Amino acid sequence: MSATVELSKSSEWTFSQLQAYDRAIAEIAAEYKLDTYPNQIEIITAEQMMDAYASSGMPLGYNHWSYGKSFMNVEKTYRRGQMGLAFEIVINSNPCIAYLMEENTMAMQALVIAHACYGHNSFFKGNYMFRTWTSADAIIDYLVFARNYVRSCEERFGFDEVEKLLDSCHALMNQGVDRYKRPAPLSLREEQAQQRDRAEYIQSQVNELWRTVPQRADAVEAQVQERFPAEPQENLLYFFEKHAPLLEPWQREIVRIVRKVGQYFYPQRQTKVMNEGWACFWHYTILNEMYDRDLVDDGFMLEFLQSHTNVLSQPGFDSPFYSGLNPYTLGYAMFMDMRRICEEPTDEDRYWFPDIAGSDWLETLDFAMRNFKDESFIAQYLSPRVMRDLKLFSVLDDDQQEELEISAIHNEQGYRQLRQALADQYNLHSLEPNIQVYDVDHRGDRSLTLRHEQYHRRPLADDTMAEMIRHVHRLWGFPVRLECADENGDYKVIASCP
Amino acid sequence: MSHLIDRRLDGRNKSAANRQRFLRRFKKQLRKAVADASASRSITDMDRGEQVTIPKDDISEPVFHHGQGGAREIIHPGNKEFITGDRVPRPQGGQGGSGGEASDSGEGEDDFVFELSRNEFLDLLFEDLALPNLVKRQLARDPEYKRIRAGYTSDGVPCNINVVRSLQQSLARRIALTAGPQARLREVERELETQLALAGDDDEDVLTLQDEAQSLRARIRAIPFIDTYDLRYNHRILQPQPSTQAVMFCLMDVSGSMDQERKDLAKRFFSLLYLFLQRNYERIDVVFVRHHTVAYEVDEEEFFYARETGGTVVSSALNLMRDIVRDRYPSSSWNIYAAQASDGDNWRDDCAGCRNILVNDLMPLVQYFSYVEIKPLRHQLLWHEYQKIAESHGNFAMQQIDGAADIYPVFRELFKRAAA
Repeated sequence: MSATVELSKSSEWTFSQLQAYDRAIAEIAAEYKLDTYPNQIEIITAEQMMDAYASSGMPLGYNHWSYGKSFMNVEKTYRRGQMGLAFEIVINSNPCIAYLMEENTMAMQALVIAHACYGHNSFFKGNYMFRTWTSADAIIDYLVFARNYVRSCEERFGFDEVEKLLDSCHALMNQGVDRYKRPAPLSLREEQAQQRDRAEYIQSQVNELWRTVPQRADAVEAQVQERFPAEPQENLLYFFEKHAPLLEPWQREIVRIVRKVGQYFYPQRQTKVMNEGWACFWHYTILNEMYDRDLVDDGFMLEFLQSHTNVLSQPGFDSPFYSGLNPYTLGYAMFMDMRRICEEPTDEDRYWFPDIAGSDWLETLDFAMRNFKDESFIAQYLSPRVMRDLKLFSVLDDDQQEELEISAIHNEQGYRQLRQALADQYNLHSLEPNIQVYDVDHRGDRSLTLRHEQYHRRPLADDTMAEMIRHVHRLWGFPVRLECADENGDYKVIASCP
Repeated sequence: MSHLIDRRLDGRNKSAANRQRFLRRFKKQLRKAVADASASRSITDMDRGEQVTIPKDDISEPVFHHGQGGAREIIHPGNKEFITGDRVPRPQGGQGGSGGEASDSGEGEDDFVFELSRNEFLDLLFEDLALPNLVKRQLARDPEYKRIRAGYTSDGVPCNINVVRSLQQSLARRIALTAGPQARLREVERELETQLALAGDDDEDVLTLQDEAQSLRARIRAIPFIDTYDLRYNHRILQPQPSTQAVMFCLMDVSGSMDQERKDLAKRFFSLLYLFLQRNYERIDVVFVRHHTVAYEVDEEEFFYARETGGTVVSSALNLMRDIVRDRYPSSSWNIYAAQASDGDNWRDDCAGCRNILVNDLMPLVQYFSYVEIKPLRHQLLWHEYQKIAESHGNFAMQQIDGAADIYPVFRELFKRAAA
């Protein structure tokens, strides 16, 4: 089997050429056993790309001013030439939608197809985070439902009401993920039908909780002991959706919509390194394979390598261009090195990775792609070789010490600590503050107590705290307190509203 | 299997609705920006977009995120000289160079700057402004027509053919015209069958019947599928529309006491007014009158750019306006408005006359009369006379402009849309 259509060497792309390249790439991807959703490749203009940017890549979303703001931002920086647009955007849906910009050359389109339509696509389909938290089959339907629902609410209850609610929900979006449970995907029609039932049911439950009719004395006695919620709740939006006493049914539904959208993006935040590394690894491998089979020429490869190295450049910590570890570089370097460990293991590799050294690289990479997220992936597979190549070192910044300390470098003593520290850097607790619903005074003034559990004594930033508490208060409707433990472990209120 | 879709021709303004939401939310800031811009722009320059800056505090989308402090271990690449246990002084400005700590706020440090388009700018500029007391007078001289649907007609131009109606007609005609022959044909065919069964192929009756059947079929075939008199056309007729006619008199003092700066202010006031009228009222007449001791009706060009000057007799302008109204704009069919600008410096004996003309001749005719006094040294007789009018007439308004920054607020004040 081989690609029958002659692939053109011109840098201009045409639709038939795109198809021919896609077929050639698909063939090679299949030989590497990449399992993907069907692809839907859409050619768009730069302006449409900006639209897609502004809505964080969602093909359609409900209307909100913040999307208008990000569009204006993108447009402004793009027009001034401060920023190039991404070559592609890919959406985790089934079929997997990838946007290609019309300005790209043929080589770029081929790169993007290999990267997005086969790299990212197979990651979306295979990785456990995406399998657990998103439902590629249902997302487009759900977005349609959400858009229509928000619009109908705007018509019934006014722009201002909906906008205020969405503002508050957006502020808490990161606290709206249910990390351990997931519902089954639904079609648009089921979603609409369920939404109506749900609204009625939830309202009746809420009323039950806040019942004010006097009860028999012994029943009261028993309830006083009961705390609500029985265990701290990490999913604030879910908690408000189910238990906030004053929300109308339509408001609960909107909270739910924001929560669902947040959940859809939740795996992306935790698999940035892996996802991009995986896609880069595959576009590199596939396009090189095409070159080996004489499907593309030297000019094509030079252009491709130019873009490839641009994306993967990693300036040193002391460079003016440094802005942290490049997740593309890290992920790509790790996957490349895993392949090397499988194919040409050294003694060091055999010591560090006895289970994968010398194994079948396709199977090993596939396993890693399916069963890890950034944190665990780094903890499991970051090899000494990669640490040496990137010259990684660890800086301990402790506010109780005068100076910064270099706690580990890329040497024999440092490897484990480096690896642990880097994995920890991608740990969710380290990325986002851990805030939970601790208590509701449901027999008293209905006040809500949130608790921030510090991670390595890191405080909440106070520039947004007051406003955030107001957002929480808007959703809850009764007094809200935010507590945090001091050095002695006693919880102190650090913010409250009103 | 991949699908390739060309989306380039699809709508590109997916974000337009979101942009509208954005403008709506920050209307207060935008209004201020527009007001500032209108104060600082020159006369000819009002008609374009504007760059607007919104403070970043107003526009931020807060989230819970970590602040400085606590302990964190951050991995950096590109080590050259460090070994484990090295201590380095903390860089100034907190955790310099530590890109590893993602900032959730995601906003740049700058205020938010973006471009308002020309239309958005003017919308905001003239938002909630209206000519007061505008009523529909009788039909205008050149009545406006609107085309409305009026059923179907049997003649018209091909582009108006109504296919469904035409085919209905054609069907009806064909049924009507073929009914007789069809019935006869069925009869003949039945007979032919019986004859054929009784006699043979060459029986005479059979032959005649076959001939008749043939001629009947020919007749039926000859009826055309569609004929010219089947055609039906969508019928549209012109219906006269009552329209609102309005005329605005712009009266400007160009006497010697109006120095360059005052003239400039007056012109800017009128240019704003003119832009507003042009934009919000498509069909409105504007009459420009400039006066010193004598008043002239001039065209737009001359009004804004001529340099003639002299003493001041305000009543000359009012008299001219009265004459023009009498000759060309009968108040029975016109909404009449006037805006007058002056520095308030008038020939002393003329002031009482002004009031008389206004009260007796003009105020009964006009819907609204606005007077702006531009940078008066102190209020003179004219102002006081006018104040008396304002007290007794609800449709008379007066304001004072002391500088470019006042023009827009005063303009808004004068043409504020009355609460419904």
